Amino acid sequence: MNGAHDLGGMHGFGAIHPEPEGEEPVFHNAWEKRVFGLQLAAGALGKWNIDISRHARERQHPVNYLRQTYYENWLVGLEKLLVERGLVTAEELAAGKATGPADEATRERVLKAGQVPEVLATSGPVTIAIDTAPRFQPGDRVRAINRHPSGHTREPRYVRGRTGVIHEYHGAHVFPDRSAEGSKEGEHLYSVRFEASALWGENATEGSAVYVDLWEGYLEPAP
Amino acid sequence: MMNSEHPHDHDHDQTNPPSDLALRVKSLESLLVEKGLVDPAAIDALIDTYETRIGPRNGARVVARAWSDPAFKQWLLEDATAAIASMDYSGRQGEYMKAVENTPKVHNLAVCTLCSCYPWPVLGLPPVWYKSAPYRARAVADPRAVLKEFGTELDEHIEIRVWDSTSEVRYLILPERPEGTEGWSEDELAALVTRNAMIGVEKARSPRYIGRN
Repeated sequence: MNGAHDLGGMHGFGAIHPEPEGEEPVFHNAWEKRVFGLQLAAGALGKWNIDISRHARERQHPVNYLRQTYYENWLVGLEKLLVERGLVTAEELAAGKATGPADEATRERVLKAGQVPEVLATSGPVTIAIDTAPRFQPGDRVRAINRHPSGHTREPRYVRGRTGVIHEYHGAHVFPDRSAEGSKEGEHLYSVRFEASALWGENATEGSAVYVDLWEGYLEPAP
Repeated sequence: MMNSEHPHDHDHDQTNPPSDLALRVKSLESLLVEKGLVDPAAIDALIDTYETRIGPRNGARVVARAWSDPAFKQWLLEDATAAIASMDYSGRQGEYMKAVENTPKVHNLAVCTLCSCYPWPVLGLPPVWYKSAPYRARAVADPRAVLKEFGTELDEHIEIRVWDSTSEVRYLILPERPEGTEGWSEDELAALVTRNAMIGVEKARSPRYIGRN
């Protein structure tokens, strides 16, 4: 979707103002820690995947996405998924009070403290075997297809319609556009090099290039 | 570091939230606990893992080993996932790693324009600026100016390569080994490797910076 999350090349945000590395805490507020932990713990219930989570944060009014802090966007996405997947009702969420326990099968999957190291260490593979051969080889010229799906995609706007060169083949990886709809399908993934001039024209930074990981379905051969 | 006039000047999107947000999170957690969907002790353990155990010192050790051991460096550049896993750094948000090397001719920089993808097992959770709109918007379009804001001025002949983390591939930048570090141990070298150098917005520290040479 052409949402506010797709930020590459946007103007107007001003300077970055990084905090000095040695002084920045991992979390800046106690509530951020709880949102982080809640997101990972709720994710362990198995009701959604990472692409569904990302899409839940993206599916917001662009003004809200940009105005809210990072972990506030996580909170919005989590609340949305909890209701959409039937883990809590909208009424329970509003009241902060349960009308009854979750079903037993779901409660059996609750992440326990002792399982945390193992769950973090054994997160699922992102590659997935498929039967077809990759269509492109390193060195091939490709164009990022000009497409504007209303659902989740990882083809950023700033590369659409632009021509680059296959830098490397990464194997077949879970295809995010379908994964965000709950379907786990593999598709060939490539690192594509775009010269800055191909992306930004006369405003390009001299002597720079952008490497973008793009799935085969985002690409077509270019002359 | 740079921005000394704004050491703690968070952007408008990083302002401290109103307290009703804290209350909203508390309410959500108590609801989920009451329904039996989360265990607060597991949440504590998740937080503790990334506050105290998994952070950029992991990546610094990887870089220091690559600087010290040519065979390890080659392995890291060819199969970063396996090379990094050999040091027991693996798992969530590091399932498919790539290491890219800075050289006298090429400087690399990592970003995630679409969200906040970042190699957790080696760098921990990303800093606020990495997730911020200005960095995500500008790193791909205006990298030389972005680097300048971090105090990194590169000669014009050095090519800048920006790696946008649009897939589950996670990038670790291998900085150049600073001069004057011949014979240093891996532990000593690791002290020169900052988190920002492994994202690519800075170079590794010089021995002078940490009071040596």
